Amino acid sequence: MIVEKRRTPRGHRKAAQESVSKTLRARLPAFPKRPKVRGGDFLLWLCAVTTGAVLVLYLMLLGVIAVNGLQSLWPKRVVTIEMEDGRRLIGQLQGHDTKHDRYRLYRANRVFQGDDFVWIEADQIETKDYHRDIVLVERRENGNLIGYLRAIQPGNLVSDEAALWQEVQKRRARVMAEEALAVTKLTKRMATINGRLEKLRLERRRYEDAGREPPDNLLQDETRLHETYLELDRRHLRLMASMRGQLVVLEDAAGIRHLVPFSQIVRAYRPNRLSTFDRLSIYGDKLVELFTEGPRESNTEGGLFPAILGTVMLVMLMSLFCVPLGVLAAVYLHEYASEGWLMTAIRLAVHNLAGVPGIVYGIFGLGFFVYGLGGSLDELFFAHKLPIPTFGTGGILWASLTMAILTVPVVIVSTEEGLRSVPRVVREGSMSLGATQFQTLVRVVLPMASPGILTGFILAIIRAAGEVAPLMIVGVVKMAPMLPVSDEFPFVHLERKFMHLGFHIYDAGFQSPNVEAALPMAYLTTTLLVFLVLCMSFAAMVLRARIRARYSELSL
Amino acid sequence: MSERSSANTVFQLPEGMPIAFELNNLNLHYGSSHVLKNINMKIPKHHVTALIGPSGCGKSALLRCLNRMNDLMERVKTRGSVKLEGEEINQSSHDIIRLRRRVGMVFQKSNPFPMSVFDNVIYGLKIAGIKDRKVLRDTCERCLRAAALWDEVKDRLHESALELSGGQMQRLCIARAIAINPDVLLLDEPCSALDPIATGRIERLIHDLRDHYTLILVTHNMQQAARLADYTAFLLNGELVEFNETSTLFTVPLERRTEDYITGRFG
Repeated sequence: MIVEKRRTPRGHRKAAQESVSKTLRARLPAFPKRPKVRGGDFLLWLCAVTTGAVLVLYLMLLGVIAVNGLQSLWPKRVVTIEMEDGRRLIGQLQGHDTKHDRYRLYRANRVFQGDDFVWIEADQIETKDYHRDIVLVERRENGNLIGYLRAIQPGNLVSDEAALWQEVQKRRARVMAEEALAVTKLTKRMATINGRLEKLRLERRRYEDAGREPPDNLLQDETRLHETYLELDRRHLRLMASMRGQLVVLEDAAGIRHLVPFSQIVRAYRPNRLSTFDRLSIYGDKLVELFTEGPRESNTEGGLFPAILGTVMLVMLMSLFCVPLGVLAAVYLHEYASEGWLMTAIRLAVHNLAGVPGIVYGIFGLGFFVYGLGGSLDELFFAHKLPIPTFGTGGILWASLTMAILTVPVVIVSTEEGLRSVPRVVREGSMSLGATQFQTLVRVVLPMASPGILTGFILAIIRAAGEVAPLMIVGVVKMAPMLPVSDEFPFVHLERKFMHLGFHIYDAGFQSPNVEAALPMAYLTTTLLVFLVLCMSFAAMVLRARIRARYSELSL
Repeated sequence: MSERSSANTVFQLPEGMPIAFELNNLNLHYGSSHVLKNINMKIPKHHVTALIGPSGCGKSALLRCLNRMNDLMERVKTRGSVKLEGEEINQSSHDIIRLRRRVGMVFQKSNPFPMSVFDNVIYGLKIAGIKDRKVLRDTCERCLRAAALWDEVKDRLHESALELSGGQMQRLCIARAIAINPDVLLLDEPCSALDPIATGRIERLIHDLRDHYTLILVTHNMQQAARLADYTAFLLNGELVEFNETSTLFTVPLERRTEDYITGRFG
């Protein structure tokens, strides 16, 4: 081992060196004076351009999504157009097709006119006009209405436009504050009673299944509750009827009058009278609605709150399962298992698992979690509810478990990478102080590997938030009647179905009955999903950077 | 080449001298290579013993046999007998945790843990289950003073140990090693990554520690061995060529190979 360094005596060495260099020199061809193509420069240029191109593509993608999404909330002015053929059209101009020189006009009033949008040729427009009294009403159902305010029912006919508008505002505020609130309270009470009735029904069924007579007080309770329920139902109907009787009368471009109950109005404004500040406040209002309200009109309007909540909750539950699972597996593979062909095979399998298409995991999740585990759980604990499944159907628990097994390979791979980066000398330092392998692992190795673990976590979040295909078969729905969290015990309902931003994009963009009208919502949802993924991974990255800064000095 | 090799490979320590380690027919294989060949030696207690030799001669491997650090490496097989104060330690039934508490180690590359200076020093105590804050604080101060580091770090005990300089980190590792109160301290080229000033500090520290511990030092630097060690062993290709009092080994080596090495003919 030391022989390689042994020197020949001085004189000999000199002679040997000379002869070697002579032969070497003789063999080398003359260097060209200057390379013709400066490969280095070209390669550098190519790398820079490629990086730039990729960045530009990403920015374009994000820009298109964000601009289209965010501008759709802006309250545009409403134009009245007289056409050459005598038709009169009212609506918002949305886009100009330069190739054919035509405009896309959003007319709203879809129930009466068929489509929301029409194309109008620019050369057929006779006059364009912005009437100040035009009213735009966003309704709970059937989309927006655009027209002139004509009357309020019940009430005296007010001829003065301004007074009428004021009256509309006042009346709407009252309906919202009093009657709508009363309805909400009533429905909530009815839901509670319904829940109790269901419990009693199940109890009665248990007696009947066992072949015994249910006790009298049970039956009495049931009857009493049922009567209360019917009474509440009657009150509910009366309230609804009285609310439906309070109407706004609007007249559209064709002179047809439409009745809109106040309770159906989400928002009403006169788009041509708004100041910039008014527009901004409406924009803000709509943005808030987006984050806090549920969807309307089969997901083409309204907010995205249930979908946001579903997505965040899915990702959080998924991390809860996949991070410990992945870290434990990686620790075993890297710290305890001895290397060999079996380990190589396992590692190869883990790497390959990361590349299996999501839908395959979805089908596995359906078979194993939903039907297998869920079905058994139902038989064991919820037999009295069968044939209605509790856990034996898609739900957020099964969806997040499916996502967890989908993302576990990523966590394993990067955790192993993190463990590999912990210098051996640090482990030995700990062991030399009398620490066991486990103590070393917990106190020194895992903290130092945490940047790697967090990288896996980030990658898992990104993959999970973007996957839609497997979710579609293990619990995502177009419209979930109830959120997976509530103020009722046990607060988190893991068996419930949920909504998801990714599925919402697919649903609004491609499955809705009115795709054109749903386009803004598809853009908005996409913006929000991208933003959400960005936020979650950014938070994790900041955390990782902090931890890295703490340990960076050690990689001497 | 080794016309004098039969002369005295097994050097006998003076009669009655307390022995820390006694190695008998120690062999170490790493995979297919034979790293240590039939090592027989007695390492005296409360003295500094240096292990010298060219790279790859097995001196670190020998050192790591003394606290069974080689157990952590796969494909390493150790055969033979290693006795610490008469107790056989080279068998799997021996309590390795207790052994490592008795035989501390300082590594070539300083390896502070990513925690505060204080937590680094008391790491060994904490994992041994000592929770008394006062004991921990006192030990920390005592060991940092012993490692001549107290004055430099007393105001930043709770800052990260990774912000210390290279020499300070190495002294911290020494403080950490003596915190668990070992009998023996193994030093594996503790100065090789340090500048001359830091090296001087560590050498002074080793000099001060010799009265309390049995020190075994692996070094590349023969002057360092000459300066610090009472006894020196020269290893070559896995063999213990010569083991003697330092002054004898460096002035009148019995072996031709030792002479070649210390006079700089090779290595």
